[in-house]
Amino acid sequence: MVLKLDRNEDRANLNSQLEHLQSKYVGTGHADTSKYEWGVNQARDTYASYVGHYPMLSYFALAENESIARVKFNLTEKMVQPCGPPPERKD
Amino acid sequence: MDGGQQQQQQQRLGVKQQQWRRQQRKAVEGVKADADTTTIRGSKRRKPVEDVKVDTSTTKVQEPESRKLVEEVKVSADTALVRDPERRRLVEEPERSSTPVRSNKRRRTRSDPTFRDDPSLAMFLYNLTLQAPNAINQAILGNFSGTRQQELIVSHVSRIELLRPDTTTGKVHSILSHDVFGVIRSLAAFRLTGASKDYIVIGSDSGRIVILEYNPAKNVFEKVHQETFGKSGCRRIVPGQYLAVDPKGRAVMIGSMEKQKLVYILNRDIAARLTIGSPLEAHKSHTIVQYCTGVDVGFENPIFACLEVDYTEADQDPTGEAFKESEKMLTYYELDLGLNHVVRKWSEAVDRRSNMLLAVPGGTDGPSGVLVCSENYVTYKHIGAATLTVPIPRRKDPLENKERGVLIVSGVVHKMKSEEGDLYKVTFDCTGETVNEIKIKYFDTVSVAVGLCILKLGFLFVASEFGNHQFYQIGKLGDDDDSPEYSSNDFMTKDDGTLDVTVYFKPRPLENLLLVDELTSMSPLTDAKVLNLTDEDTPQIYALCGRGPRSTMRILRHGLEVTEMAVSPLPANPTAVWTTRLTADDLYDQYIIVSFSNATLVLSIGETVEEVTDTGFLASTPTIAVQQLGQDALLQIYPQGIRHIRANRQVTEWRAPGGRQIVRAATNSQQVVIALTGGELVYFEVDESGNLSESNVRREMSGNVTCLSIQPLPVGRRRVRFLAVGCDDNTVRILSLDASSTLEPLSMQALSAVPESLVMIDMPDQISAGSLTTLYLNIGLQNGVLLRTVLEQNTGQLSDTRTRFLGARSVKLFELNMAGNPAVLALSSRPWLSYQMQSRIHLNPLSYEALEFAASFTSEQCPEGVVAIAGNALKIFTIERFGQVFNETPIPLTYTPRRFVVNPVHKSIAIIESDYQTYSSSEKKKKLKELGFEAEEEEELDPVVFGHSRSTPGKWASLIRIINPATAETAFTLELEQNEAAFSVAILNFAVEAGEMFLAVGTAADVTLAPKSLSSGFIHIYKFINDGMGLELVHKTPVDEVPHALLHFQGRLLAGVGKTLRIYDLGKRKLLRKCENRSLPNCIVTLHNQGGRIVIGDVQESVHYASYVAADNKLVVFADDKAPRWISCSAMIDYDTVAAGDKFGNFFVNRLPQKLSQEIDEDEAGSKSVGKGYLHGAAHKLDLMAHYHVGDILTSLAKTSFVAGGREMILYTSFMGGIGIFIPFQTKEDIDFFQTLEMHMRNEMPPLAGRDHLSYRGYHVPVKGTVDGDMCEQYNLLSGVKKSQIAEELDRTPAEIQKKIEDMRIRAI
Repeated sequence: MVLKLDRNEDRANLNSQLEHLQSKYVGTGHADTSKYEWGVNQARDTYASYVGHYPMLSYFALAENESIARVKFNLTEKMVQPCGPPPERKD
Repeated sequence: MDGGQQQQQQQRLGVKQQQWRRQQRKAVEGVKADADTTTIRGSKRRKPVEDVKVDTSTTKVQEPESRKLVEEVKVSADTALVRDPERRRLVEEPERSSTPVRSNKRRRTRSDPTFRDDPSLAMFLYNLTLQAPNAINQAILGNFSGTRQQELIVSHVSRIELLRPDTTTGKVHSILSHDVFGVIRSLAAFRLTGASKDYIVIGSDSGRIVILEYNPAKNVFEKVHQETFGKSGCRRIVPGQYLAVDPKGRAVMIGSMEKQKLVYILNRDIAARLTIGSPLEAHKSHTIVQYCTGVDVGFENPIFACLEVDYTEADQDPTGEAFKESEKMLTYYELDLGLNHVVRKWSEAVDRRSNMLLAVPGGTDGPSGVLVCSENYVTYKHIGAATLTVPIPRRKDPLENKERGVLIVSGVVHKMKSEEGDLYKVTFDCTGETVNEIKIKYFDTVSVAVGLCILKLGFLFVASEFGNHQFYQIGKLGDDDDSPEYSSNDFMTKDDGTLDVTVYFKPRPLENLLLVDELTSMSPLTDAKVLNLTDEDTPQIYALCGRGPRSTMRILRHGLEVTEMAVSPLPANPTAVWTTRLTADDLYDQYIIVSFSNATLVLSIGETVEEVTDTGFLASTPTIAVQQLGQDALLQIYPQGIRHIRANRQVTEWRAPGGRQIVRAATNSQQVVIALTGGELVYFEVDESGNLSESNVRREMSGNVTCLSIQPLPVGRRRVRFLAVGCDDNTVRILSLDASSTLEPLSMQALSAVPESLVMIDMPDQISAGSLTTLYLNIGLQNGVLLRTVLEQNTGQLSDTRTRFLGARSVKLFELNMAGNPAVLALSSRPWLSYQMQSRIHLNPLSYEALEFAASFTSEQCPEGVVAIAGNALKIFTIERFGQVFNETPIPLTYTPRRFVVNPVHKSIAIIESDYQTYSSSEKKKKLKELGFEAEEEEELDPVVFGHSRSTPGKWASLIRIINPATAETAFTLELEQNEAAFSVAILNFAVEAGEMFLAVGTAADVTLAPKSLSSGFIHIYKFINDGMGLELVHKTPVDEVPHALLHFQGRLLAGVGKTLRIYDLGKRKLLRKCENRSLPNCIVTLHNQGGRIVIGDVQESVHYASYVAADNKLVVFADDKAPRWISCSAMIDYDTVAAGDKFGNFFVNRLPQKLSQEIDEDEAGSKSVGKGYLHGAAHKLDLMAHYHVGDILTSLAKTSFVAGGREMILYTSFMGGIGIFIPFQTKEDIDFFQTLEMHMRNEMPPLAGRDHLSYRGYHVPVKGTVDGDMCEQYNLLSGVKKSQIAEELDRTPAEIQKKIEDMRIRAI
């Protein structure tokens, strides 16, 4: 009995910790993370990293023959909706 | 080409080429015979350095021309071959068989398994930057020294540099450059109210905000504050990407791409030190931030303006409506200084295509508010103010794509910049605080900038995104030219605030700006090779740099750039030259004195340099030394005596004793020492009345005196203490010049050869604690070695000797003044300069011919010059760019260069260039005709300034170019038609047509980048004509994908076409497919081979090893990497080892386990190689030997050696223009030493931007087998106490540690 209670407490604790993480760090997954959410987070993380690493940004700019500012602008714009609209909810 | 012509060709080129071919086939065998003898593996038992020395010398002497060529083709393997006696024998054997070598079996002459048992010795590298990346990603302006002088601080991503523009000469000087071992993403300068000095804020990937202060006395950046707020790395919700400061310096906002924004309050404490408050949050979740800036509101509460988009609803709405309706908001965040919190004060929707904000001056200076830069127009916005919109004028160009908008890329207050490089001037017309209208006008066109800075004195600094950075003087404000000006009053915005008009201007050459200086930037550096095509002492680096019409091929030579001012021939070959002032107060030199073997010539420096005769100098004798003496006298020392010429031309002579001659002399303006034949020293001093009086002490030296040097006289002193005497018994002695102990010996140093020349100079540094300068004795030996020894100021003892071999000739030394500090010019088979810069003594060669004698030269036009003798010519030159170890010869190109190869027979270079979204010249003509323009009518704008006409995505301009490296000129170009673009290139010869050299170019037509598509790929085969300076198309073979990699492989062509690896042979009408492998994962980008082993680099899945099984005609991939890596370049280090770089800035080395390698080679049937796939990959896995985050995308790698007979190392170039090396360690002791030193350095000198060094170097994968030499070199910047502390831990003295660090660099270059 005591043991079970402990477990419950643990679980509650774990849940609150997870919730804390989810609120603090955008993109932290949970049990019901959908494929779409996963993809969107990954894409946003990726674009943010591209913008942060200047060599990468200029590498793209060279390949596309665009100015670095435009590549940065395009990537930032893509972050708003990187994977298209979300799928219809089934429920 | 018909048969007859072909035959002719063969006759012309035949012999040489056949020879080359033969050699190459041998070379292939040679490689196979010897793969485990490369030094890069660092075998302890053999002494590779000696090996190299012995063998390279013989190589040079004995090898026929063609042998050298072979080596240059096989850069990756060459020296290993040379060292192998087996190969030499092979090569010298007459050729027996004419069939290409296709055996996979590797001949093992020596198996060397033992060093592999000790894994720590297997490979350990030392990374050193030779030239730091010079692209700029941030540039800020401020008074960082605290003086009135405005300075620039620029960031080169991982390096922060202080530039000081000299507004009188217009030159920009680099004052300090510091590696921060982190990614600098944003920079800002701020100044506390009432202060005169600017601080620097850095937003980086460290999860910390760092505030730096520049200390001009010590010339260092000092960390004032460092506050941690989040995780490290460039993450989307960790601030660092955006920095905005309140123009009054009261607060700073640091923001991330999404959600988080922190505001720090800046203040000062009672002691007037800067304080930083705890962070205030201005977060808004589900919001993407496009830009941040501080609004100038005078002394009201600080306001920060941000451009943001909220995606909450777009994420929830499956119909996509919400996304379409989502708005970009201009939001004002106000920091309430009274309540100490941040509120969202105001938010207004702006155009979705807005990308930038510019703060408008406020308070007493202007109306305040921001300019919102959107695609095609600029809007003025502020709380309670009317919104004013003005369109951005576009270039008048018949070829313009009307759908494409114009985006402002950077701006400073009221000068903006569009994507094509056009500058606009925006003016405000306001009454009080109300803006009535804004006007925009085309100003000038410069290169596309990432940063613009306008100096108060009318200069403009343009930090280019690609290519050289420019410094302009603003001549006019652009008020009086005829470019149209557009006003916001003339245009009506639509209801949603957008503006739908297009206005034009006509671009023209610079009218308002004047280029005064340029800073080199090699970015983007797309490919490079180390070659010696022009047969010089040291190899050159050939690098492809730049984008579009501004691109160049740069030939880099190790050496400082020299600017020649004058060359004048003399009647005979002079032996020596001096310059002198007439009085001690003169600023500039007045005479140049040239000594011949039997005469002396005096030249006077004025408007012109002319001979003068009435100077009092004895013309009929050679001269030994010349000196301006005392207040206003001159001294000429010649073999028979000393001539003391007073200001009134009264001459006093001192005659050498009968039968003896003066052989050497050393002087300063108060003291004179001469050496007579037989080794007797006589000492003179200038007395109170200005007479030269002989000391009663003379000293007999043990041998003949070969050189003398007196310590330079500090200002205000009458006497110095030390005299250095070099004798022909291989010694240098230090004698005292004190009155009490005149010419008493103090110390002695034995040398390896006869000293030729001595120079003592004071160099400012922190080596000896307590004094600001260190006295160095430089000794040049007759065997070409230069020694630099520290001379203790108190005792006269010599310590801490550094040695460097300069060249084959004996070393002559001369004291100079360079960049305000004393420097030493050392003349051997080439001139070298030893100078001090940023707390380190540099010794660099000059890119100049060999000189005989030199002297410093100071005149009004040339404050720090050198006058020197070369043959019978007198040359005057200056050195301007210190610290730039490579000097460059640029060759202009047309489009962005992608790759190049070298034709080893004719020594010509073939470059492929291609530009996306660009009209090729034929397309352009066609299109213009369609539009009804005659090409001649339109005056052509210089594409170097204005760029090529931009086309639509999917259009390409591309060409193949042949360069003759001997003349550094383009010999031939061939522009590709039908929207084809070149992607890969290879030099090869086919077994079926052995006498010919071919160029294979991989192209593709109608390629679009996203989504990837193409109409067809092609492999073009060209034949070299005109001695390798021209091309002729043989045929064109269609392929199904883009051929990204081509390679000569055993008399056939190995091609990576998309993810297919194929072997082609030459057919009559096209290439014939011989063998194919489709098992590679994504796209083949690099190919290398040695023997039958092929190393394949995949764009996404790292390297794969394949072997060609001749018996079955099969290509079998038998091993691959354990981790996915996005390969950007690779090089085969030896038969089993590959080094490569990836797109995230990592460098790594992979090696095939030796046992496995052996088994696979012995497995003729290929059954072992095929094996069973393991973990969805090849049967076997490679071992990771080294891993290191360089911080910039590597673009080329090569195993090479810079110093003649020097050790081999891996040289890399990086995308942003950096050049660096990895040197293999040879002893376990060295590894331990440098690892420990690196560890201590991490503790004692944590990186400036707050990033942890170890985690930076292990950005994606932990560092393995590599020591960061750049970190170790920062040891020189530590304070004396810390230096000794670390030295104690390492059981050495600080000088020993510095010597060891310096030795590593010397070894490399």
